[in-house]
Amino acid sequence: MQITSPAFKDNAASALNNKTLQKALLNVERGFIDKRAKAAAGLPEFERLRDDARDIKNHTLAHLDLYLDAYERRVTASGGHVHWAETAEDARAIILDICRSLKAKTITKSKSMVAEEIDLNDYLEDHGVRPVETDLGEYIIQIRHEPPSHIIAPAVHLTKEQVADDFRRVHGHLDPKRNLDEPVTLLSEARTVLREQFLAADVGLTGANFLVAETGTSVIVTNEGNGDLTQTLPKAHIVLASIEKVVPTLDDVAKIMRVLARSATGQEMSVYTTFSTGPRREGDLDGPGEYHVVILDNGRTAMLGTEFQDMLRCIRCGACMNHCPVYHAVGGHAYGWVYPGPMGAVLTPTLIGVDNSGHLPNASTFCGRCESVCPMRIPLPKMMRHWREREFEKHLGAAVPRVAVRLWAAFARRPLLYRLMVGAASTAMRLIGGKKGRLSSMLLAGGWVKHRDLAVPTGRTFIDQWKARQDDREAAGHAAAKPGHAAAKPGHAGAKH
Amino acid sequence: MPSERDPAVAGTTQPRVGLFVTCLVDLMRPEIGFATVKLLEQAGCSVEVPESQTCCGQPAYNSGDRADARAIAQNVIAAFEAYDFVVVPSGSCAGMIKLHYAELFDEGTSWRARAESLSKKTFELVSFLTDVMGVETTGARFAGTVTYHDSCSGLRELGIREQPRRLLAQVEGLELKEMAQSDVCCGFGGTFCVKYPDISNAIVEKKTAHILASGATTLLAGDLGCLMNMAGKLQRQGRDIDVRHVAEVLAGMADTPAIGKAKR
Repeated sequence: MQITSPAFKDNAASALNNKTLQKALLNVERGFIDKRAKAAAGLPEFERLRDDARDIKNHTLAHLDLYLDAYERRVTASGGHVHWAETAEDARAIILDICRSLKAKTITKSKSMVAEEIDLNDYLEDHGVRPVETDLGEYIIQIRHEPPSHIIAPAVHLTKEQVADDFRRVHGHLDPKRNLDEPVTLLSEARTVLREQFLAADVGLTGANFLVAETGTSVIVTNEGNGDLTQTLPKAHIVLASIEKVVPTLDDVAKIMRVLARSATGQEMSVYTTFSTGPRREGDLDGPGEYHVVILDNGRTAMLGTEFQDMLRCIRCGACMNHCPVYHAVGGHAYGWVYPGPMGAVLTPTLIGVDNSGHLPNASTFCGRCESVCPMRIPLPKMMRHWREREFEKHLGAAVPRVAVRLWAAFARRPLLYRLMVGAASTAMRLIGGKKGRLSSMLLAGGWVKHRDLAVPTGRTFIDQWKARQDDREAAGHAAAKPGHAAAKPGHAGAKH
Repeated sequence: MPSERDPAVAGTTQPRVGLFVTCLVDLMRPEIGFATVKLLEQAGCSVEVPESQTCCGQPAYNSGDRADARAIAQNVIAAFEAYDFVVVPSGSCAGMIKLHYAELFDEGTSWRARAESLSKKTFELVSFLTDVMGVETTGARFAGTVTYHDSCSGLRELGIREQPRRLLAQVEGLELKEMAQSDVCCGFGGTFCVKYPDISNAIVEKKTAHILASGATTLLAGDLGCLMNMAGKLQRQGRDIDVRHVAEVLAGMADTPAIGKAKR
């Protein structure tokens, strides 16, 4: 997928001017926030579960090699195959090889962000294998040739009217009188089309919400049931997952699951939770003949032991973007790659380089709402700040804000110079602000006055006024002969009141 | 009017408070500084203002400039560590000192220890009044309807939500009309608002819609940055809403022109 993260500002500007998109984005604010809050409030131990979930992942990440190893052994023991992919390219090649060994023409897919990350669909299509997305949202964006704009609601940037138009355009058989006005009628139309695809597919590919080390099981949570049909009907089931999806035990899965759906959609549980362990066994009535797991690194091991390790706790619930004012304003596509919102602002620079995605960790107000809802307690603003530190060290990013900050800091480090500077600034601003008390244009404050007025100082600086007041009081104090005042001063430059 | 005091101050008659006035209040709106002094003195504190204070260092810290942030933090620590308390009329600057200074220094160093000790005695103004000094009412009057915006750092870093509402409820003549989504960012974000002005604008436009829908005629908050952002937007929209720091109302000093308003 084409990376447009460097053009974040332009992407954002066109998103802000896109009325249809703005209408669709209201669904994010309306659809997720209250539901999550209710679900969290409805479970007294929710906050404690967040701690437990965090601890489970921290423990796993501290022993990641051990648990991945154990997982592989269990998968092999149950008759499956584990394939290790260091890069996106490796993962794509492994998946194509499996498809070719089965002479596969069609591969059904349930939702997988890792598949988006490795650009799987285009690659398979170029190599003669037709991928069919079976998650409704993914199906919609596939027929539109668009990337997802949200990690759990890939088509959240669209209105239902847009989807109806797309179905009428692509589904040639459609009776023009067929009602496509409601989400449920859209769903049933997609189901009609997809049912045939499920039966025709040679290979089914799913992502994984968890890989369980003690059993060699992969777990997916879905709401449409498409995942089950994807993985049980075809000849082979491929699980595509990144290394940090492993957890030690089924108990751990059960615990993290209690915060996952509540944080994501506000459901207590998603509609389907599907466990799959190995291929069809002798005597099983159905199931895939082959079971493959492709485990992707793609830069993640490089995060271990760094200030970005905590990001590997992420369970992809989407709560951070659901609560992000910047995401609400510009939507997911503006971020320019697979992962949007706060989690994307931290993860994307790791995966495609901070020189490609420097805007992302900067385009945050640090309001902290993402961290406050993250079920895994990932300190997202702190990690965005770490990216800003790396950029600052490497002199990446725009020169003007960098120079401005350094200049400001140069004064702030020198109190006497600082006093002169703010004194002058106060006088100058009051002079140009005049009687109105505010400005609607000002040199060097273009970003501010473009959309707002700027209040000007109401008088001399507080410190100046305070000093004058203290001097008056001192004078009055001396007149009244009250010595010993100065002795009480703590430290230097303290002005006792 | 202090009542139940924090045990830490129970024995001391007059806690010595170092006022960190913040760079924005110092330059843009000194009235907030004087309102803060009045509230602190009323609560029984002796207030001092170290003149070597400049800025808490957030612009550098949040721009990834750790070296400058560290140097500024050292300046603040040296200027304020002798006081019983450090009080700040801003949740975001208080949060910087309280939660982030320690992160600027390596564990085991003396600066880390000094940062941690300053952290323990640093408070945002309103929560200091209620939680430490046990203030229940400030004895102020204010005739009008107000709505209160929860600035992000105060709310989510320091847990300030009920404290200002509790004190405002005691102000004679004041009626609080809550806006929808008072806990959502106003789009200021420090340097964010000038680096990404269009996104910042989209966020503050949602905020001003909620402010107007509340029906209140005055908007209050505890952080001047957010207040200037919202005031600037309201004024650009031609809306006649008075915007003030909550300290001005609590101190009974809301008789000066509101933020961005002409002198009478």
